[in-house]
Amino acid sequence: MGGVTTASPVEVDPGVEEDLVPDEITLTDTPWVTVVWNDPVNLMSYVTYVFQKYFGYSKKKSEKLMLEVHQDGKSVVSSGSREEMERDVQAMHEYGLWATLSKSE
Amino acid sequence: MAGFVRHRRSKHIIATLSGFEADLLRSLAAQLVELLRNEAAVPSENADPMEALFTGGEFSGPTTAPDDPVLARLFPNAYRDDGQAAAEFRRFTEGSLRDGKAQAAATIIDTLEEAGLPDEPGSEELTIDVELDLVTAEIWMRALTDLRLALGTRLEVEEGDEGYWYALPDDDPRGQAHHIYEWLGYLQETLIQALGG
Repeated sequence: MGGVTTASPVEVDPGVEEDLVPDEITLTDTPWVTVVWNDPVNLMSYVTYVFQKYFGYSKKKSEKLMLEVHQDGKSVVSSGSREEMERDVQAMHEYGLWATLSKSE
Repeated sequence: MAGFVRHRRSKHIIATLSGFEADLLRSLAAQLVELLRNEAAVPSENADPMEALFTGGEFSGPTTAPDDPVLARLFPNAYRDDGQAAAEFRRFTEGSLRDGKAQAAATIIDTLEEAGLPDEPGSEELTIDVELDLVTAEIWMRALTDLRLALGTRLEVEEGDEGYWYALPDDDPRGQAHHIYEWLGYLQETLIQALGG
């Protein structure tokens, strides 16, 4: 009988946890972004190449992001967890692009 | 002056540089290596071991942006509005970023010397045939970027300022340096084209 009484709270708990899960996902999954800023040195073809190569984006998407950087001064190029964005920013710095990470707005 | 092309059969990226061009490229790459290994900007390896314990030893890197504008451009703050987070990021990344960039620049020097660039390229007829596999071509591309960032930052290049540079007299050293900057851009552009970018 003891097994039955302890079983119900165990079954209830996951239900409570599940209610919390969606919020946790939205809070921790994509609240950070990597921003690439315009600079007067890097070639447009190079910036496009880096977006294709590192992020695996299509040439079309990479060119669109590059033009945003060039014309608007900056572009959000990726989003994800803070750790992921730190990795992306470090990679952009390896490639010589001027990148920062920040909380998504 | 010739840029990079892709060799059809081997898929390698090739360029023929004059001895003067190859020597210039080696000299620029060597200067970048020296700048990156400038010990004033990195934690000293010979520091007092007790002190190293307190500062975190080998895991400790710099926490403030470099004073030199070139280094500040190569290693920008990763956070714009959070000095503490920027310092932490720098502490854990700047050392390996510096090493990677110094190694990439050193790869340029190695490639040129393996291709036959002597210590003192005397002959005017000397040409250096550079042949890069795809991995090395990528390293060259990053190193050329760093060289352009370094030179462009020193010259304070701005967008759309070509008129200013072309108006300088031929014997102006800044104008000559800007010529080199543009030549590096040409090499870079042809390298990207050859890589299929």
